Amino acid sequence: MYTVNMTQGVTAISHEIYTLHMTIFWICVAIGVVVFGTMFWAIIFHRKSRGAVAAHFHESTKVEIIWSIIPFFILIAMAYPASHLLIKMHDTRDSDLTIKVTGYMWRWHYTYLDHDVQFMSSLSTPYEQIINRDVKGEHYLREVDNHLVLPINKKIRILTTANDVIHSWWVPQLGIKKDAIPGFINEAWMIIDHPGIYRGQCAELCGARHGFMPIVVEAMNDADFSAWLATQKTKATQQH
Amino acid sequence: MNNDLQHSYAHHGPAKGITRWLFTTNHKDIGTMYMIFACAMFFLGGILAMLIRCELFKPGLHLMEPEFFNQLTTMHGLIMVFGAVMPAFAGMANWMIPLMIGAPDMALPRLNNWSFWILPFAFLILSSSFFMPGGAPNFGWTFYAPLSTTYGPNSTDFFIFSIHIMGMSSILAAINVIVTVFNMRAPGMTLMRMPLFVWTWLITAFLLIAVMPVLAGAVTMMLADRHLGTSFFNAGGGGDPVLFQHIFWFFGHPEVYIMILPSFGVVSEIIPTFSRKPLFGYISMVYATVSIAILSFLVWAHHMFTTGMPLAGELFFMFATMLIAVPTGVKIFNWVATMFRGSLSFETPMLFACAFLIMFTIGGFSGLMLSMVPADYQYHDTYFVVAHFHYVLIPGAVFGIIAGVYYWLPKWTGHMYSEVLGKTHFWLSTISMNATFFPMHFLGLAGMPRRIPDYALQFAEFNKVASIGAFVFGLSQVFFLFIVIKTIRGGKPAPARPWEGAKGLTWEVPSPAPYHTFTTPPEIPA
Repeated sequence: MYTVNMTQGVTAISHEIYTLHMTIFWICVAIGVVVFGTMFWAIIFHRKSRGAVAAHFHESTKVEIIWSIIPFFILIAMAYPASHLLIKMHDTRDSDLTIKVTGYMWRWHYTYLDHDVQFMSSLSTPYEQIINRDVKGEHYLREVDNHLVLPINKKIRILTTANDVIHSWWVPQLGIKKDAIPGFINEAWMIIDHPGIYRGQCAELCGARHGFMPIVVEAMNDADFSAWLATQKTKATQQH
Repeated sequence: MNNDLQHSYAHHGPAKGITRWLFTTNHKDIGTMYMIFACAMFFLGGILAMLIRCELFKPGLHLMEPEFFNQLTTMHGLIMVFGAVMPAFAGMANWMIPLMIGAPDMALPRLNNWSFWILPFAFLILSSSFFMPGGAPNFGWTFYAPLSTTYGPNSTDFFIFSIHIMGMSSILAAINVIVTVFNMRAPGMTLMRMPLFVWTWLITAFLLIAVMPVLAGAVTMMLADRHLGTSFFNAGGGGDPVLFQHIFWFFGHPEVYIMILPSFGVVSEIIPTFSRKPLFGYISMVYATVSIAILSFLVWAHHMFTTGMPLAGELFFMFATMLIAVPTGVKIFNWVATMFRGSLSFETPMLFACAFLIMFTIGGFSGLMLSMVPADYQYHDTYFVVAHFHYVLIPGAVFGIIAGVYYWLPKWTGHMYSEVLGKTHFWLSTISMNATFFPMHFLGLAGMPRRIPDYALQFAEFNKVASIGAFVFGLSQVFFLFIVIKTIRGGKPAPARPWEGAKGLTWEVPSPAPYHTFTTPPEIPA
């Protein structure tokens, strides 16, 4: 696929991240047009072979001040929405559900705190596909045995940690990337707007199989989620 | 230096054979050795990159185990950063600084010899790690703990040793540059009359002295955690893995400015020459470079936005990082203003300098995007970052080196390189570099993380394009080597000033530059 842009995602925050990304991008394009335009003008019209004779100017304090001040104000204009969004992203209060995510070499472990449900989630792509003995499936390297199932429209707090080395939990469509650090706990939050399946993978080099520990989130409406949770708890009690 | 001594040098010349090179204290010889070493390392690091791009050509594991892939990415980074870029600029500093300030040599010539010779020793140790049991370092050139401390292979300790040696080389070379620039300028060559290349190297030297010891600290703490029972980076013992990142990046961020500032200097020599117009805003350029250097100490944690920093920390590092865009922008504007209404010609050095200007700026734009923390959560540790740093490093640092080589080859060898071949090398390199790294922006935005040997199917198309671009780029550099060797061996004789618009003491001495130059200080017109 020739995807060229970031996903807008399925949370309000992921949408705001996308908007910030595009805003900064277009500002950079505008500055580029001015700078490269001036350069190309000089390259074409100020060539010696065209008869151009060099001017002598080589300094101007006024101009230096102007092209320091204007970019400075452009930066302030960028920093304002970015800071506003960041402050919102740090507000993990009043969540409805908390999931503890633990990175292992090389799979993820999920615990639904307060619900006594937990399981490992490992890559389910067959080895034959990886070594090119079999045709690769649609979700090659981004499929797992046990999905992280979550309710939509609820504030979900993710706590990340790790068992061994630093990993990083990243699902682009949820707008979350947070390092999972052994011995420490990090926080992030999300409210998922739409039901669906959202895929990501580990984003911090963690050893040989760093590329082989994907994340699959399955978001569903509250009723379905409660039903799923109930079956998980039954399984848990059956195992005890 | 009286005329008798000069006379005797002319008769005896440099020593013959291997002892000339082992024991030389001559800045030209040492500069040459640095650059030959850097060239060899560039090709070694380049071969590793070719292997990486072979594996990444298609989804699936084809050539190697994932564990070996991690060794390749780690060693590619280490060799390019510490073995290619830094020694290449050190070589240029050695060759050019005395010529540019009218000094007979560097201030500390014997130290200079040692600064060079410990480098091949260090890199022999580092490269041999591929053949050690457990393989080469495999934890990324950034060697985060605890992956590198608890899980690093046996070669990790040799890696630490070679970093120490290489760090010493850099510190000693930096001391030499500072002492030379402060003490050995010809009378009349005030600081504000020095070529900008000398200024950028002077500032780089201060950065090196400030941060190489920090790197040494980081690797020593790593060694202690591995073998002396300490827990600097191990939470189980009361330490913190993120402490490693703070220490590393306090070195690491100034390090990337160490890699680019000399390139700024080279380009600041080339653009005025081929615009036949003085550098616009010399004083601003000096102040902007100093500002960039000072600010570079205040931004390190922008490499760590996803580690779980408090809000205040993230805001501070975002603002400080954005601020660096101001002096950097000033420099770009000044270079463009130098070209504007000049009388331009586009010999090979100027082509590379113009490519630098455009593509380094593109790298700067992706850097600005990366500094926006909420968006960085989506970019961090993806191919978007790989695209960013290869844009600032290849068109930034490497093209600066290549431009400097073409610009100064006539002075070094006495021969002109072939302009047709040089331009061919330029176009092949520029087009293939863009083909390799521009798609990586898209890959990162589409969700592909870094440092993975195999990837999901949606990333296949751009990876194939990138790999093909990489192979062409690699071959283009072999072509460059051919051009350089051909020029060393012969070519149209070069005059003292091969470039019409070139100014400065460098161009007063013959081409090739005599073994000893400025044995008496030159007269600098008021």
